[in-house]
Amino acid sequence: MDLDFTAAEDAFRAEAREWLAAHVPAAPLPSLETARGFAAHRDWERTLFADRWSVVSWPEEYGGRGVSILQWLIFEEEYYAAGAPGRVSQNGINLLAPTLFEHGTPEQRARVLPPMASGEVIWAQAWSEPESGSDLASLRSTAVRTDGGWRLSGQKTWSSRAAFADRAFGLFRSDPDADRPHHGLTYLMFPLRADGVTVRPIGRLDGKPAFAELFLDDVFVPDEDVIGEPGQGWRVAMSTAGNERGLTLRSPGRFTAAADRLTTLWRSGADPDDTALRDRVADAVIGARAYRLFTYAGASRIAAGGSIGAESSLNKVFWSELDIALHETALDLLGPYGELSDEAEEAPAHGSWAEGYTFSLAGPVYAGTNEIQRDIIAERLLGLPKGRR
Amino acid sequence: MRFLLDDEQREFARSLDAMLAAADTPAVVRAWAAGDTAPGRALWSRLAEAGVFALAVPERHDGLGPLPVELAVAFTELGRHAVPGPLVETVAAAAFLDRVGDEAAAAWLPGIASGKTVATLCPLSPDSPYALDADAADAVFVVDDDTVRLAATAGPLQQSADPARRLARPLGGTVLAHGAGVTAAAAHAADVAALATAAQALGLGRTLLARTVEYVGQRTQFGVAIGSFQAVKHRLADVLIALEFAQPLVHAAALALASADPGAGREIAAAKVSACEATYTAARTALHLHGALGYTDEFDLSLWIRKARALRSAWGTPAACRARVLAV
Repeated sequence: MDLDFTAAEDAFRAEAREWLAAHVPAAPLPSLETARGFAAHRDWERTLFADRWSVVSWPEEYGGRGVSILQWLIFEEEYYAAGAPGRVSQNGINLLAPTLFEHGTPEQRARVLPPMASGEVIWAQAWSEPESGSDLASLRSTAVRTDGGWRLSGQKTWSSRAAFADRAFGLFRSDPDADRPHHGLTYLMFPLRADGVTVRPIGRLDGKPAFAELFLDDVFVPDEDVIGEPGQGWRVAMSTAGNERGLTLRSPGRFTAAADRLTTLWRSGADPDDTALRDRVADAVIGARAYRLFTYAGASRIAAGGSIGAESSLNKVFWSELDIALHETALDLLGPYGELSDEAEEAPAHGSWAEGYTFSLAGPVYAGTNEIQRDIIAERLLGLPKGRR
Repeated sequence: MRFLLDDEQREFARSLDAMLAAADTPAVVRAWAAGDTAPGRALWSRLAEAGVFALAVPERHDGLGPLPVELAVAFTELGRHAVPGPLVETVAAAAFLDRVGDEAAAAWLPGIASGKTVATLCPLSPDSPYALDADAADAVFVVDDDTVRLAATAGPLQQSADPARRLARPLGGTVLAHGAGVTAAAAHAADVAALATAAQALGLGRTLLARTVEYVGQRTQFGVAIGSFQAVKHRLADVLIALEFAQPLVHAAALALASADPGAGREIAAAKVSACEATYTAARTALHLHGALGYTDEFDLSLWIRKARALRSAWGTPAACRARVLAV
């Protein structure tokens, strides 16, 4: 048992650190949930891609470096420690790409992945519908067979990044007569800027259009944009959900960097007699460290031929709650300045605590609510009997 | 990097688990609490034969160690079965004696390694006024500032809320050593003790969770197993999350101690507070989900529930650990 990095891994870390030091914008970009910020973050994706830093774990043919999971974790640690911008392409990179690697055709990978890696095409997720949240398999949007493809109709909602993104992916009911709700679903990629598609941005808690409603009215999608077999969409999508909750969505580097900044903030002027606040800072530091180590253990298990299954639900609950607690603590440390919007001129740290707090509040809801995760943990990891949700 | 226990370490854990599962440890714990230490001493000898205490003793004194990772593995199993006695304090005494001087080390360490000597160590401070199980120990080391003495008698006993923990204020004795070396050795011993306590707590928590999962799967109300209710499931899921994220902190702290990492103290503190808090939550959850049964002395899980509370403040309170995590 060890926590040692090889010389090659150390060299990779040094290379990433050096590149980031030279390229990370000196002032933070505007919020990626605004039109101006979205464009700036798209430019940043292009900068990353130009030097092959946007998708380091992908094979070289798609713009990556083919590095190991451990090196990807190292890159992420350096990325967030350097204060680099949030990833506007994360829905595509973290959710769609793993699905394409597992279920896509070589043609799909060659066509979809490089423009995803460069930021030329930015993807939104389209899972939820107005009547289908945690019970996703009850979804009603339809895909009807037509010559050479499918016609999509229905409504999707809470579609992250859809206000400004180019394309989206999600599940559609292709066989309304299937015997069970999660049978007869098909996984499709579709355009957001096309005839029949109406995108209505939705303001999140701070008013920024971080997600959108999508109205689809007989939108044509060619066969080449079906991932996996028609009717097998649930199985295909669940492999994505595993990725989303598991190793790839929220890398530990995000939290270790945020915990370091929180510690600096605390040292820079918190009341040393306020031990209640001190304990919360300590818990954030410990939580970030625990998450990092837990992830290293998971990466070691994968490297040893194992896999991550229902364990990813442990991760999802842990990081989402850690993220909120960490940012709440920061806002409390900031006292009256914790109230300032991230757009306020006097917002501390260019508004990054306020923005991070707003972002964190969604964590227990998206990617499968934490109640669903706890059900999965109880039933699949502890073996408790299934019950009514 | 391979941040996983290796096959040998896993096998060591499995063999200790099997040995302890067959040893009827609840009966041993109850006897120990009643002042009958014979079954506990017999089990102690078997643990020594399995090499548990030798892990804290260097080879030159007939040991195998120091091997902090293996020690953590062993203490997780000891905790899983709620083994009584000054286990943590004995390995802490070994770590202390190894650093305090050759004479003391040569005098005591071979006996600790072989299981012949049950020791206890008490670094006197407002946080630690008692020596655990001093009345059952063959050697009682009391560190007061920069002086260590071998106590003459266990002194008066105070009853612990965990009857299997016997708390004493040792009296008299002879001074063994004196000086800055004593203070440094005691600080190192406290680190070893905190790590062993964290590992022990992890094992304790695993049992509390496993027994409770088993119970709620069997107990029926309203015509169904109570474990099918979300309110029950989610509490148990939270316990598993807490234990699963504490475990890598314990292993990383053991690695840090093994490599004499200057940040080891912080890592041990993080492991101690995380493991003990997770296990305390496990105990509260176990008590609650067993209903009134969990509130009884007669029910064996009470041995685990009471110990979880005691370990929370032993060798570093939650507040002290959190302060240490942030110490510069």
